Parts: sequence; C-alpha cells; structure tokens
Amino acid sequence: MRPSTATDAAVWSIAATICDPEIPVLTIEDLGVLRDARVTASGQVQITITPTYSGCPAMDAIRDDVTSALRGAGYDDVAVRLVLSPAWTTDWLSDDGKAKLAEYGIAPPAGTAAAGPVHVGLSVKCPQCSSLHTRELTRFGSTSCKALYVCNDCREPFDYFKVH
Amino acid sequence: MSESSASATRITPGNALRPEDIALLDVKPGDAVAEYALCLGDDALILAQRLGWWISRAPELEEDVALANIALDQIGHARSFLTYAGRAWGRTEDDLAYFRREPEFRSVHLVEQPNGDFARTIARQFVVALYQWELYSRLVESDDPTIAAIAAKAVKEVDYHRDHSVQWVLRLALGTDESRRRMVDGLRLTWPYVDELFADFPLIDALGGAGVRPSTLRAPFDAAVQKVLVEAELEVPAVPGAVGGGRLGRHSEHLGYILAELQVLAREHPGASW
Repeated sequence: MRPSTATDAAVWSIAATICDPEIPVLTIEDLGVLRDARVTASGQVQITITPTYSGCPAMDAIRDDVTSALRGAGYDDVAVRLVLSPAWTTDWLSDDGKAKLAEYGIAPPAGTAAAGPVHVGLSVKCPQCSSLHTRELTRFGSTSCKALYVCNDCREPFDYFKVH
Repeated sequence: MSESSASATRITPGNALRPEDIALLDVKPGDAVAEYALCLGDDALILAQRLGWWISRAPELEEDVALANIALDQIGHARSFLTYAGRAWGRTEDDLAYFRREPEFRSVHLVEQPNGDFARTIARQFVVALYQWELYSRLVESDDPTIAAIAAKAVKEVDYHRDHSVQWVLRLALGTDESRRRMVDGLRLTWPYVDELFADFPLIDALGGAGVRPSTLRAPFDAAVQKVLVEAELEVPAVPGAVGGGRLGRHSEHLGYILAELQVLAREHPGASW
C-alpha cells in the first residue's frame, strides 16, 4: 500500500517506476510485488518486495533495479527486503495493470484467487480479437505466472496470466 | 546497456539470497527446525535437478516448458528452505547446495530415482506432487512462521504440479496399449520409494508444532492416489518397499552422480560468477 507520509511516499514513487523485467509493461506496483517503502530515522530507505512465484528469477533483477533507481535519486543507503508472507496473489494486480496487460497481448486473470479452492473455469478473452472462444494449450507458459492459450476464432496463440 | 538492463541476466553465486534479505529470517531457527528445513529443501533441490534433465528432451514442446516450470518452482522452494536452514549455522543457500557431500543431504530416495522414460517421470511426479500438497497444506499451520510462509507459497504452486501429473496419469493409462504399459511400469518402479515419505524419523519428535509427522499424511495421500487410480483403471502396485534412510543421510548410488553434475562448476571455480 502506498504510504501516507510524504517522505515514505516519495521513495515508494521511485520504486514504483521499476518494471518487471519479464513483463516490461507492468511496474512492480501494478503487479503487487512492491509491498512497502519507508525511510527510517537513520535515513535508510527500506523497500519491501514479495516474489510472485517462489522460483521467480526476476527477483534479483528487481532488487538491483530498485536499488539503482533510488541511488540515482540521491538515496545512498538502500535496503531491499523480500517477504514471503502473505503469499502473493493475482488479486493484487491493479486494474490499471490488467488493462496494460491486455493492451500488451497478455490476457489478464479471469477471476479472483480469493474465491476459494475451487477454480471456476471462466472464459479467457483473446487479447487480439476479444473472442471468448479460447482454449488452454498448456497450463505452463513462458514464465511461471502465465499459461499458453489459443484463440479458436482468430487462431492466435497468446499468454494468459493465471489466477493464482 | 544500462546498468538496470544488464542486471536482468546477471546470475552470480554471490547474488544468492542472503538470510538478511528475507525479513522473516531475522529470527534464527533452532537446530531442529533448521534440520527439518534441510530435509524439505533437499527434496525440492534434488527433484529440480532431476526434472531439469528433461529440458530440450520432453516428448513435446509444451511438456518441455511444463517440466521446466515445475523444476523452477521446486528450486524456489529449495532456495527458501535452504536459506532459512543456513541461517542457523551461518551458511548460505549456495554453501548448502554446492558444498555438502552425499551423507550430509537429507532428501528421500524417491527424488533421486532416475527419470526413466516420460511415464516413469510422471509416476514420480504424481507421488511427489500428491505428497507435497498434503505436506504443505498442513505446514501452512506450522508454529514456525517462516516454515508456514514458505509452505503457503509452495502449496499454491504444487497444486499445479498435482494437476499436471494427474492429467498425464489419466492420459497415459487410458491412452494406447503402449502408453498404458509404460504408465503401469512407471508406477511399479516408483512405488517402492513411497513408504519412506511417510516414515517418521527421530527429528520429528524434537519439532513440536513446527513440523508435520509424516505418518499422519499417509491416509489422505492414499485416498488421493486411490481416487486417481480408480479413474485411470489402475491399481496400486503390489511391490515391497525399498530401504529408505535418506533423512539420515543414507542414499542410493544415484545421489553421487546427481551431486557431481549439480556441484561441479561451483567446486571447480569457488566464488566464480557468470
């Protein structure tokens, strides 16, 4: 959540400009990966991020990018910390982020993870032609967070950001 | 390239998660919890190494991607568990993964079993995924907040692994005569290593509410297996259990070869980055 005090909000805004290296249209704020930002009494900037999936290889890159963005803005003492709990969910994707995903050609999650353990199979809309007549090709896609779909109407294959 | 774009491909052993990177790890685990994290982390690490072999060798491209994704999830779980365990002894995840010898590993024999053909790998995945799902579902309630947090992330990912293996067990068993024969063979070769997963070991008594007693997972595991095998028109193989002992550091001949491949680069060039 964006901090309420001006000093903390300022460092949040800088960290929030960093994009996911594998989905470059989304910032870590859009993704819900950015969890907290604050400046301590001693002047250290503490940024808290959470991985999407346990094995997400983008975490190291994100940590470095956040650090270098803040250093570039004049903050010399930066600590980026990883938290695992609460576990990341696609329910934290911002509406803006979902719109950007669709625009980029990745279908955003259809439904919410918080709905319960039974995943209702909502139709996934083709980001190319908006058809709902699509099917899952494989549940494992180009990155951990995506599945591969194909549109039965326009025949285009596309990435789908899984409800997680 | 700018500094930020260059970082996306930089992988260095020195870039390993440091315990202080995980806020939850400010608390040092006791020896028993650390040993337990080592058991779970080693299972995930060795399984990931086995699965990684399939990259570029799976029967179809989608399956190549699926097995690689599953291996990646397992590496993620291994990193979290080993980082946490290492905190107790001042060692990093890399120290534990690359610089321990066979008897120091705590993984079960199941995960070191050869990949065999695709059906045998699927049989192993079927057992591992159903077991890990039952385990992590319970560990979400662990008294140890870090173990609970790692399990809460892992269980969501293992849910995909479970679905993946179940779909394949059904497809292979109900497919052609050849695919069915291979699925039956795969299960028969895998089943001797099932008992060890549910064998209690001395460490469990020292864990209190931080861990799960393996024997208590057997009934829900058996029920879940049964449900799938009935649908696949298969039976639980009637084979005797193999000698276990992985949790005590007693391994089969396979682990040495796995570690040789896993560790050679780090041992040949200590501290190297690439």
